[in-house]
Amino acid sequence: MTIEILLQHLLNGLTLGSLYALIAIGYTMVYGILRLINFAHSEIFMLGAYFVFWGVTLFHLPWPLALFGAVVAVALVGVLVDRVAYRPLRDAPRISALISAIGVSFFLQNVAIVLFKAIPREVYRPQWLEDPLLVGGVRVLPLTLFVPIFSVLLMLGLVYVVYHTKPGLGMRAISKDIETSALMGVPVNQVIALTFGLGSALAAASGIMWALRYPQLQPVMGVIPGFKAFIAAVFGGIGSIPGAVIGGVILGFLEILIVAFFPDLAGYRDAFAFVLLIVVLLVKPTGLLGARSEEKV
Amino acid sequence: MQRALWMAMVLVVLGSLTPAWAADTVRIGVYLPLTGQNAFGGQLELEGVQMAHAEVGEVLGKKVEIVVVDNKSDKVEAANAVKRLIDKERVHAIIGTYGSSLAMAGGEVAEKAGIPQVGTSCTNPLVTQGKKHIFRVCFIDPFQGAGAATYAVKNLGLKKAAVLVDVANDYSVGLASFFKRSFTKLGGEVVATLNYQSGDQDFTAQLQQIISKKPDVLFIPSYFAEGAIIMKQAKELGATFKIMGGDAMDNPEIVKIGGAAVEGFMHTTFPYDPSMPEMNPVARKFTDNWKKAHPDKDPNVNAALGYDAYMIIIDAIKRAGAAEPAKISAALAETKGFVGVTGLTTINETHDAEKPVGIVLIKDGKKTYVGSIQPEL
Repeated sequence: MTIEILLQHLLNGLTLGSLYALIAIGYTMVYGILRLINFAHSEIFMLGAYFVFWGVTLFHLPWPLALFGAVVAVALVGVLVDRVAYRPLRDAPRISALISAIGVSFFLQNVAIVLFKAIPREVYRPQWLEDPLLVGGVRVLPLTLFVPIFSVLLMLGLVYVVYHTKPGLGMRAISKDIETSALMGVPVNQVIALTFGLGSALAAASGIMWALRYPQLQPVMGVIPGFKAFIAAVFGGIGSIPGAVIGGVILGFLEILIVAFFPDLAGYRDAFAFVLLIVVLLVKPTGLLGARSEEKV
Repeated sequence: MQRALWMAMVLVVLGSLTPAWAADTVRIGVYLPLTGQNAFGGQLELEGVQMAHAEVGEVLGKKVEIVVVDNKSDKVEAANAVKRLIDKERVHAIIGTYGSSLAMAGGEVAEKAGIPQVGTSCTNPLVTQGKKHIFRVCFIDPFQGAGAATYAVKNLGLKKAAVLVDVANDYSVGLASFFKRSFTKLGGEVVATLNYQSGDQDFTAQLQQIISKKPDVLFIPSYFAEGAIIMKQAKELGATFKIMGGDAMDNPEIVKIGGAAVEGFMHTTFPYDPSMPEMNPVARKFTDNWKKAHPDKDPNVNAALGYDAYMIIIDAIKRAGAAEPAKISAALAETKGFVGVTGLTTINETHDAEKPVGIVLIKDGKKTYVGSIQPEL
């Protein structure tokens, strides 16, 4: 393997990994605050990509405006999902909300199949994103540079919101104890709605990025990336925002490098990610950066 | 309330006792992937069936009814769909399906019940192997794989091939191995075989590996949606080799999704395409009627196969003289020189259709029918 090919593999891994990281951030944020694995994240992700498509093709919006509109619209969908499917279950055992999340995931996926049709759609990409740059025999896509930077910026922004703002204080309080937070005057429902809005906006952003990299829209497009991001989040320590980024990037690298060094194992790429999940859960269930959470009795 | 319940129950029991077979309609079940991964193909095939049904709605003086069930691109759903068509809908014959994995799952059920099934675009040899009641209007993958290999070696003079296979898909695995067999037999060399799984969207690692092996041609026996993004990523990584595929790439949408990346792509298909210079009268009529019914989209080979599947069953019922499943099966097995949209079709002893292999090239953003060839097996 020449050095150029290795570099190209590493760049491919970085692109894939930072996309996983981007999806995982939203996953992990909602989990960190509500202890709810929002399985509908994959579908929110898909909606983000579709909304941009509709914005550009149906409403003829300029591309940047379509991006912005899609993120806002999807954030609203997230808030709505919380209101309809999770809020009524706030006092129910945690497993009920989890099952409700799976229900929302299937519901949104099937609604999308009926409304958007299962036929794959094309994705609009501005020309400056289409052409790879040639750097000494290595082909670098503009997205390869953009996505990691974007992921890290979002991560920093999110850490700022959670640790340095008032709603963030509410989020952290809720993550410790919902009932006590409510007693202390935290507007629980608003803060949780905000959490979902923010999480969904992140999902939309990652869906849009994904669609720019893999330019094709399908109602089931979120499923596999969603699983992978979930694995990345668990790997990095679910609930930890920097952990999600690290987990995502490492998973991306591992997936690409396993094919690079063991081409015969290429068909097992997906299986490999799930094996990683099982191993992490067995050996270090808290992941790389996750804190051990004490069960409150 | 209770009385109403009783009456309803009695009605249900009575209803299930009276076999629909006795009625004076001919019932043809259709199971196709109308949602899920393969919906794009299933939808087109259904439209083909419906067009044929609109043209010929009667056989032996009886009305023909079609019953459509979605198999959701899922093997288990496919088996359930056929079970429902047979047990509940009491169909005389079944059309289906797109996708070899699905046709195998459904065919197992139809074979047991003794109801004839005519496959549309399921090309894996195993679909009809050892089955009495399972047929198809398409050719099979050894034939098609050999077609692609023959064209690559003989017509294009290519020597080194790489193959990228979806290991979770029987069609892809089969076609890849038949392509490789023929390619080596004709004197070429297969320099790389890489795998992926259905649903994957990142192929960069596999493509990078293939690029480093410097093949002349990459054969991708995948469905068109995956094929289009494989080609996009190959182009982004700077691949310059030729790319070829199978009949599952035959979809007008491929140009829309793949854009400039699919330029120069070639694939094998059934000998029908709206861009064909010469057409038989059936194909001509089909193309004209389609354009009237769907002015916004071109007909494709899936629609044509759906149409042919329906017509070949009607033809068999006519020759059998009765709409009884066993007689239809016997007549289907004897189909010779049936003129369909996809050319002159003869059902051979393994219940597969014999017809030449068509070659399509994407040129200037348009599908162009290059011609048909006789594969060297």
